[in-house]
Amino acid sequence: MICDVCTKKKATVHLTEIIDGEMTEMHICEDCAKERSVQMEQQFGLADLLAGLSDFGKQIKSEEKTKLQCPNCALGYEDFRKFGRLGCSECYTAFRGHLSALLKKIHGSAHHLGKRPVGTAPKDTTAGPVKKIKSTKPAEALEGLKEQLHQAVLAEDFEQAAVLRDKIKALEKKGKGK
Amino acid sequence: MRIDDLINNTGEWLKGTGPQSHIVMSSRIRLARNVSKVPFPSRANKKDLTAVYDSVKSAIEKSGYLKDSVVLRINDLDNLDKQFLIERHLMSHDHAASGEGRAIAFSKEEILSIMINEEDHLRVQAMQSGFNLFETWKIMDTIDNELSKNINFAYDDQWGYLTACPTNTGTGIRGSVMLHLPALVMTKQINKVLEAIAKLSFASRGFYGEGTQAIGNFFQISNQVSLGHSEEDILQNINGLVRQVIEQEEQARQTLLVQNKAVLEDKICRSYGVLRNAHIISSQETVDLLSMVRLGIDSGVIKDVDTQAINELFIMIQPAHLQKIEGKKLSATERDAKRASLIREKLEK
Repeated sequence: MICDVCTKKKATVHLTEIIDGEMTEMHICEDCAKERSVQMEQQFGLADLLAGLSDFGKQIKSEEKTKLQCPNCALGYEDFRKFGRLGCSECYTAFRGHLSALLKKIHGSAHHLGKRPVGTAPKDTTAGPVKKIKSTKPAEALEGLKEQLHQAVLAEDFEQAAVLRDKIKALEKKGKGK
Repeated sequence: MRIDDLINNTGEWLKGTGPQSHIVMSSRIRLARNVSKVPFPSRANKKDLTAVYDSVKSAIEKSGYLKDSVVLRINDLDNLDKQFLIERHLMSHDHAASGEGRAIAFSKEEILSIMINEEDHLRVQAMQSGFNLFETWKIMDTIDNELSKNINFAYDDQWGYLTACPTNTGTGIRGSVMLHLPALVMTKQINKVLEAIAKLSFASRGFYGEGTQAIGNFFQISNQVSLGHSEEDILQNINGLVRQVIEQEEQARQTLLVQNKAVLEDKICRSYGVLRNAHIISSQETVDLLSMVRLGIDSGVIKDVDTQAINELFIMIQPAHLQKIEGKKLSATERDAKRASLIREKLEK
């Protein structure tokens, strides 16, 4: 098949467009496609989309952007933004705040409801992924929870935020009751 | 078992049996799984990749379902073997192009396969003939449980299974149903259907997988979302959507048979005639004609050939298959001749 544009080279890019219900097909060669700024790299669509999405929910300070790195595989958050692929399972912990918003954008939810590996016990699900507060002092615990709530709101993880809000309320009530 | 032993058989998923097999070619489920803390394949070094390969291989040997599987390292395969396994839908192009530390495992009936160290450490696939998502899921669920006893899968209580690409996080599941929709194409309703599918956040792809054009009127419908729903719910959603598409295709077939019976019969019989008599034929032409014959079998126009033979031809007429059958390298021209003779032989029986 010959390129529709230059009518010389072999067409390797096949575009199908649907505009107002009308389907048009175009067959173009790689060079003409590049000229028409059609992005050819397979990674393009997804990586770009993800990169766009991942900054959507949260504004990151510029110095934080470059610093954030996975301690296990050394993938930088910026690299993830560029390529759209995570480096290892621990990246999910390292980039937790950013990923929460991204997962929500992609899937419409950031809470797994499916199966789990055999032999692993489900943790207290009502507590969600809330970190255990080591301090026994209620005031410190309250501060910690408030900070987590702030993070959750920034990440637009409203389900998580709701869980935290209720915990804070309960803790404040307890404090008053004393 | 050697790769060459596969030539005389085709996978279970081509049998043309199972529910709704007049429209549904196959049902497929894949799960993305990773080993906790080990860098994902794209960032892993040789040592990591080998460690994953060894642990998956050992888990396969301990699995009741998988223990008779063939495990092949990508580096041990020549180009023809690789192309052959791609044509059989057992591995991806990307995986074939990889190397050291990567491998492919598949069961005898080709119902199950595992790509080791593709984008994720494990891409487990189960494929069956006909509209059979839930039965396929049962098999997959069992295998996954077996594997998880011996491999420490990366899993997070909030986010589920952790994958290289965040679009697979959660269940790591992708269910796909391959549909043959010639009547919707002929009645020019297919774009409407595909647009509706896209609006509902499902993906449609061609016969030969991601990024391929729909040929032979085959379309794959699969889920996009993998987090926030249980595996059963995700499959139930695909199921509901596919059911509607099947109904539409049935109606379109009925319409064609009532309104354009002679034209349809003519098209089907001419296609059958060309396939039975051609001496040189391209793969594109073959696939288009096979599609019409497949429709002809369901409409009762063609009675002396079964769906399985046609399904198998869709796979056998591809370049690597033709060369494996012939036992030597063939040029494009030689393949067109070999293809024609193979089809004549198959349809004469």
